[in-house]
Amino acid sequence: MSLLGFCQWLEDTSLSSAIRESAWGFPIIETVHVLGLCLFGMAILVDLRLLDVALKRVPVSEVTNGLSPWVTAGIVAMMASGVLTFLNAPVDYYNNTLFRIKVVMLLLIGANAWFFRSGVRRRAAVTLSLILWTGVVVAGRLIAYRLFDSP
Amino acid sequence: MFPVVEAGHLMALAVLGAALLIVDLRLWNLGLRQRSVAEVARNAQPLLLGSLVVMTITGYMLFAAQALRYYYNAAFWYKVVFLFFALVFTFTVRRSVVMADEARVGPFWGRVVAVVSMALWSGVGIGGKAIGLY
Repeated sequence: MSLLGFCQWLEDTSLSSAIRESAWGFPIIETVHVLGLCLFGMAILVDLRLLDVALKRVPVSEVTNGLSPWVTAGIVAMMASGVLTFLNAPVDYYNNTLFRIKVVMLLLIGANAWFFRSGVRRRAAVTLSLILWTGVVVAGRLIAYRLFDSP
Repeated sequence: MFPVVEAGHLMALAVLGAALLIVDLRLWNLGLRQRSVAEVARNAQPLLLGSLVVMTITGYMLFAAQALRYYYNAAFWYKVVFLFFALVFTFTVRRSVVMADEARVGPFWGRVVAVVSMALWSGVGIGGKAIGLY
């Protein structure tokens, strides 16, 4: 099955049509996705701490250990509400250039986190992480404007 | 231009939300537990003020672009009211509680302040999201 075929199959699932047909489903999912940014912001604080930009008087290990469950919670909330947002209209998102850019950047963030764990060039990895997260937020907002897409 | 300013508004929201949350969570003895509430609040202060400045600038730009549309948008006015109370609460009650000696205020009131803070700021965020639904 092609990726497009898979998206068409997803669109026909009962969960996908339930989200589309519900009056409040999609607005609630979107609101969780936007407010979830506040939890996801913890990941930005950790990156800023690693670059010595923020929370400078709290030791790095305290920031990474103390905030890591909240970073995880933020990523889970964003992934869950993001997947549900996608399920609202899988084929539309598949055809959306900025959605594709966002997915590629999310994959790069995963690869970059794996690279960070190897311990070499950590500052470069953290800087790249911040750039990619910013890119994800910008691309995420622009998805709704269907830039670069043929009508 | 408008979408890019919106994205900037969202990016600043992530930092603002996290700067508020690390202090509110600490009031519930969660997160940065090895630091006192006041220490966490002092460390979060530049992030809080910096993100609020960016929120205000980008928020004003969004408003100015379509002022009349927002004027007739009920969600916008909910947001403004919540924002007013959230700001007043954050810089009066919450500020004095988080900066005070913990033994004097006691953990109970700290937790109440954290819940009120999260409720008021959630109201601002939900109002902001709802603007686009009208």
